[in-house]
Amino acid sequence: MADQPILALEHIRKSFGDTAVLHDLNLSIRQGEFVTLLGPSGCGKTTAIRIIAGLEQPDEGRVVLSGTDVTGLPPDQRRVNTVFQNYALFPHMNVYKNIAYGLKIQGCKKAEIRRRVKEILELVELPGFEDRRPAQLSGGQRQRVAIARALVLNPQILLLDEPLGALDLQLRRQMQRELKAIQGRLGITFIYITHDQEEALNMSDRIVVMREGRIEQAGSPAAIYERPATRFAASFIGESNILEGRIEDGSTPDSVREEGGAAFQTPAGRCLFAPPTADALPADTALSVRPDDIRLTREPPAGFTLSGLIADQQYTGSLLRTTVRLSGGLTLKANRHGRLRNQLETGETVYVSWNPAHAALIGGYKDAEPAPFPAACGEAEEVQ
Amino acid sequence: MSRRRKGTATVSGRRGLPAAVAPMYIWTALFVLLPLLYIVAISFLTPDKAAGVLPVFTLENYKRLADPIMLDVFLRSIRLALETTLLTLLIGYPFAYCMSRLRDKTKNLVMLLVVIPFWTNSLLRTYGWIILLRGNGVVNTLLTGWGVTDQPLSLLFNYGATLLGMAYSLIPFMILPAYSSLEKLDRSAVEAARDLGAGKVRAFFTVTLPLTLPGILSGCVLVFVPSTGMFFISDLMGGAKVSMLGNLINEQVHTARNLPFAAVLSLVMLAMALLFILIYRKATGESELEGMV
Repeated sequence: MADQPILALEHIRKSFGDTAVLHDLNLSIRQGEFVTLLGPSGCGKTTAIRIIAGLEQPDEGRVVLSGTDVTGLPPDQRRVNTVFQNYALFPHMNVYKNIAYGLKIQGCKKAEIRRRVKEILELVELPGFEDRRPAQLSGGQRQRVAIARALVLNPQILLLDEPLGALDLQLRRQMQRELKAIQGRLGITFIYITHDQEEALNMSDRIVVMREGRIEQAGSPAAIYERPATRFAASFIGESNILEGRIEDGSTPDSVREEGGAAFQTPAGRCLFAPPTADALPADTALSVRPDDIRLTREPPAGFTLSGLIADQQYTGSLLRTTVRLSGGLTLKANRHGRLRNQLETGETVYVSWNPAHAALIGGYKDAEPAPFPAACGEAEEVQ
Repeated sequence: MSRRRKGTATVSGRRGLPAAVAPMYIWTALFVLLPLLYIVAISFLTPDKAAGVLPVFTLENYKRLADPIMLDVFLRSIRLALETTLLTLLIGYPFAYCMSRLRDKTKNLVMLLVVIPFWTNSLLRTYGWIILLRGNGVVNTLLTGWGVTDQPLSLLFNYGATLLGMAYSLIPFMILPAYSSLEKLDRSAVEAARDLGAGKVRAFFTVTLPLTLPGILSGCVLVFVPSTGMFFISDLMGGAKVSMLGNLINEQVHTARNLPFAAVLSLVMLAMALLFILIYRKATGESELEGMV
């Protein structure tokens, strides 16, 4: 059964008191995948991995590990290990005893424990640290010990709860690379929690964007970034311009082919986007366009009637961060190349356009209910 | 295996402003050092029934310690203190553990219940026990009423009653420091143990217990030290049949009117307490008592 997911969460619900933390969470993860749960604090991502670890029990739903239902099993009976947010090392034990803790419980022989601890310490690049106490280690070293302690048990899944949150930026970057390398070498499935979008984008095979206990979107980093499915996904990951409006009635497959995109009416003017499918699209909706994809021109481009005044231009070296005030009062952010700094004057009237393929249609939901997942979002999959 | 935590000793004010800490030194000198020196001085003087003490130097008071009866009293006192400590530990620690797992509101209520008895006179509370346990007391009335026993049991005026009374009055000193260290315990360390494959019992003995040991030891000191000197409980509940160090001192002061010997016994008691605290500090490497700082 090669296609059997290593982990499946089925209809997981969880509340603490009156507060619902997870609403009907469904997720399935393949062996060897690096999956990141991304979302703001309070979105339920930590609760989700605590349920996978067995540290919390779901109110409803099933946790299936390698085809076996483990719902209700305590954490010590699951081959899943966790790297806790604060590392949770045992302060009264040295590094060796911390790492050997799980092996001893498994009944390994002393010589084997010694060998495996040595090996794993080499893997996390802390050879010779056996006798140190956690209090004598730096943050980065504690982090490595926490990872070693969990990895030494050779778990089916390693859960990492914001493992790099307490480290400074430089160490974070280095640990990101190392973690990714370790994961690649061992082939262990990682479920990684972060609220740092950059971390999620550069480490993951797949990102699961969560908000208020629900999955907003799941897909490859590129799919999430380039074709955000919801307003929240668009604004949480990277910067985005959201344009409200409706799809023009006359947008037929023919006209789409003619103009290079479907027509979209906003209060500020008409613009184009590449529709994900030829199916019927929701009438009231919005487009998301990344600031990097926006073009500003003096001449009106074909198919677009959006125009506005350049309100501000900030030169940051590589980028020229430009703010355009559209005629309807909406402001758009555009990142242009720094070398274009003298091309347009602040206060000048410009036309706004983009490659229709770079505009993503995002769900029309305005309240808590997220939009259904667009079927054609490339690599995105498996969210039943 | 040293449990020494380097650099965590909280020695503050040692290099602080002398003017600011002066009152503390004056206080200590006046109310601790001076009385102590007074006791040491008296211990070398000759007892006198009429005048209390005569200013004549003697070592007689110390020689009396060699009396085998004295050794008996010491051993009995130490035994009672150790058993009291053990009993309070066996009841107090599980109590503190459960308390630390309660919700905040309930926690405060239980804490209040632990502390409230302090607001009443301990003598009165001891009389309360007597009313409960005496021959025609509440417990015996119930037991005979339900037909559990024909005759009222003699629950009072024995060693067991003394132990019960001591443990009852000292148990807050075990609960509070144990609770304090259980509260401070990083729950995620216990979760990590469970996550790494430890069952509940194993996680408790390998993580929870060692990490709350400072609180336990601190509680032991706080129970052991006063229990060597408590006299009124063994007087009242032990029926003055069980003579402890505290009883002996009390008797030397009030009945035998031998202040120098009472001073010697007090110094012995002090030495015992210091020894116990020294052991505590050796064991934990801490200079402060957990939960009492």
